[in-house]
Amino acid sequence: MKRTTKKLLSFVMVLTMLMSLCSVFALADEGEAFKIGGTGPLTGGAAIYGNAAANGAQIAVDEINAEGGIQFELKYEDDAHDAEKAVNAYNALKDWGMQISLGSVTTAPCNATSAETFNDRIFALTPSASAVTVTDGKDNQFQMCFADPNQGSASAQYIFDQDLGSKIAVIWKNDEDYSTGIRNTFVEKAEELGLEIVSETTFAAGNDTDFTVQLTEAQNAGADLVFLPMYYQPASLILSQAAAMGYEPKWFGVDGMDGILTMEGFDPAMAEGVMLLTPFNADAEDERTQAFVAKYQELYDEVPNQFAADAYDCVYAYKQALEAAGATPDMSAEEINDLMMEQFTSMTFDGLTGEGMTWDATGAVSKSPKGMVIQDGAYVGL
Amino acid sequence: MMTFLNYILSGISLGSIYAIIALGYTMVYGIAKMLNFAHGDVIMVGAYICFFAVSRYSLPPLVGVIAAMAVCTVLGIVVERLAYKPLRAAPSLAVLITAIGVSYFLQNGAQLLWTPNPKVFSSVVGTGRLALFGGQLTVSYVTITTIASCIVIMVALSWFTGNTKMGKAMRACSEDKGAAQLMGINVNSTISVTFAIGSALAAVAGVLLCSAYPTLVPTTGAMPGIKAFTAAVFGGIGSIPGAFLGGLLLGVIEIFAKAYISTQLSDAVVFAVLIIVLLVKPAGLLGKQVSEKV
Repeated sequence: MKRTTKKLLSFVMVLTMLMSLCSVFALADEGEAFKIGGTGPLTGGAAIYGNAAANGAQIAVDEINAEGGIQFELKYEDDAHDAEKAVNAYNALKDWGMQISLGSVTTAPCNATSAETFNDRIFALTPSASAVTVTDGKDNQFQMCFADPNQGSASAQYIFDQDLGSKIAVIWKNDEDYSTGIRNTFVEKAEELGLEIVSETTFAAGNDTDFTVQLTEAQNAGADLVFLPMYYQPASLILSQAAAMGYEPKWFGVDGMDGILTMEGFDPAMAEGVMLLTPFNADAEDERTQAFVAKYQELYDEVPNQFAADAYDCVYAYKQALEAAGATPDMSAEEINDLMMEQFTSMTFDGLTGEGMTWDATGAVSKSPKGMVIQDGAYVGL
Repeated sequence: MMTFLNYILSGISLGSIYAIIALGYTMVYGIAKMLNFAHGDVIMVGAYICFFAVSRYSLPPLVGVIAAMAVCTVLGIVVERLAYKPLRAAPSLAVLITAIGVSYFLQNGAQLLWTPNPKVFSSVVGTGRLALFGGQLTVSYVTITTIASCIVIMVALSWFTGNTKMGKAMRACSEDKGAAQLMGINVNSTISVTFAIGSALAAVAGVLLCSAYPTLVPTTGAMPGIKAFTAAVFGGIGSIPGAFLGGLLLGVIEIFAKAYISTQLSDAVVFAVLIIVLLVKPAGLLGKQVSEKV
């Protein structure tokens, strides 16, 4: 008697399991909107980037859905700027039925998820993971931001062309792909152009508060320009400690420097004269940028940075590509992947972060970086 | 030569901050025999309270510091009551894991309350600096304040544990909790007082840390906390002068390793020194070797 009850029970359980599987399939089949997914650091030390990208993408999705044509469904999963968590987040997105991907926001997680999207044949366009390793050898991985080599060599070229400094110091973060990548190509290009690098010092996570040694070395070497390939958080500490030391070289940053002016409590006088190459300028006069900035401020109560603009552009680039290819939401991720690879290598896209962007087969974008200088607490084009 | 002096000064300044944090670790360890890994995050809370008091409500810096100390003291007592007291009889591993849990709780709570966006802390003593030897050597007011506070706190704590009734009760608890209780000492309230003092010190450390290195995020306290823990072990955990010495040495070694060996290897050098010290003196520089009674 007991045994039959058990058998019956297990049979019922197996049935329920099968039924629940069916319902999953039924849900996945109904397709009216393209499912876009991405991972980013929504919590933790890098959360400012992840949240900006997720917010920017959401604004684009809402605008496009309101137009009534092509429809999107957006989902961002938290990866806490951690490669392992990013893969878990990616798997959650895949279970949800993601058809096209926004990759990951930051470089290290994107290195991990891009390997997955490549294997699973899901097309990915990352807003901001700029390392070459993200796209290298993966035919369906594309970037909206400049690749690191592009930034490093463009910075060196810019400093050379404008004759900004003759003795250059570089301070970089040696445990971060982003910083190391830019530094490598910067140094290479600088040597090629004959720029003299007089001091090179590093820091790493956990050792990123005291910069007196790095700054003293640069000062003693007589550097008149300091190149800072890093995010704005350590950069703000470097600027304030240099000011405390009375060291006043020219400062040159990269796109990660963007955001320094919006830090609460930051004294803009500290960043006066800092130069940087960035693709996006929230103060730009054109109508689209102003509409985006106004919308972002209304919804999230802060000025959008380039991460938000990059993610916004990603969604619009998808819209353009999907429309041109005639893709429909009931297609599988792999079918869309093939169409997107074809579109992205042939189309030209105008966005907030650049006009006339094109992509080559490696997935790297070609757009021209804009030189900016901080004057009276605002970006001014150079 | 001036560069060398400058490095020594930044080393001592950094070391003084480690030392104040290490004092908190070492007191709690000495008396409650537990590693309070949430200590670094109490520092962060203290810095945020001071930031809001000074930058948002434009209160004078001194009020900000006192507010931070008051909030952190209450926080320390509450954390002790809710998270650690119920585990007093539990194995030390369970308490350790609870402390790590509290640390995550505080970090994520801060992120929820105050957003992860970095805030720039304005120094409580201004950004001025003293120029010595015709401007060749500059010392910022923050450095002077930090070193002075560190010495004052060290002396005050040594006096407190040596001469007051509560201090004596603390030392008794540290030696033998059971015997102390039999002698009529309230062990629970003694431990609570220890946490209160340790957390108030954390608030001071937070304010000084952020005055010297002004970026404030919810994870600000994590790494200095770990470094200070290293300093406490280095000097001999449980010993108050040990924490002071360990903190200072750690700061100076870190800056020197950066300056004269390699900026890439500085942390490796710091921890290599720690390993060598512990090989020669397993209880740390000033730690007492206590033999287990069988």
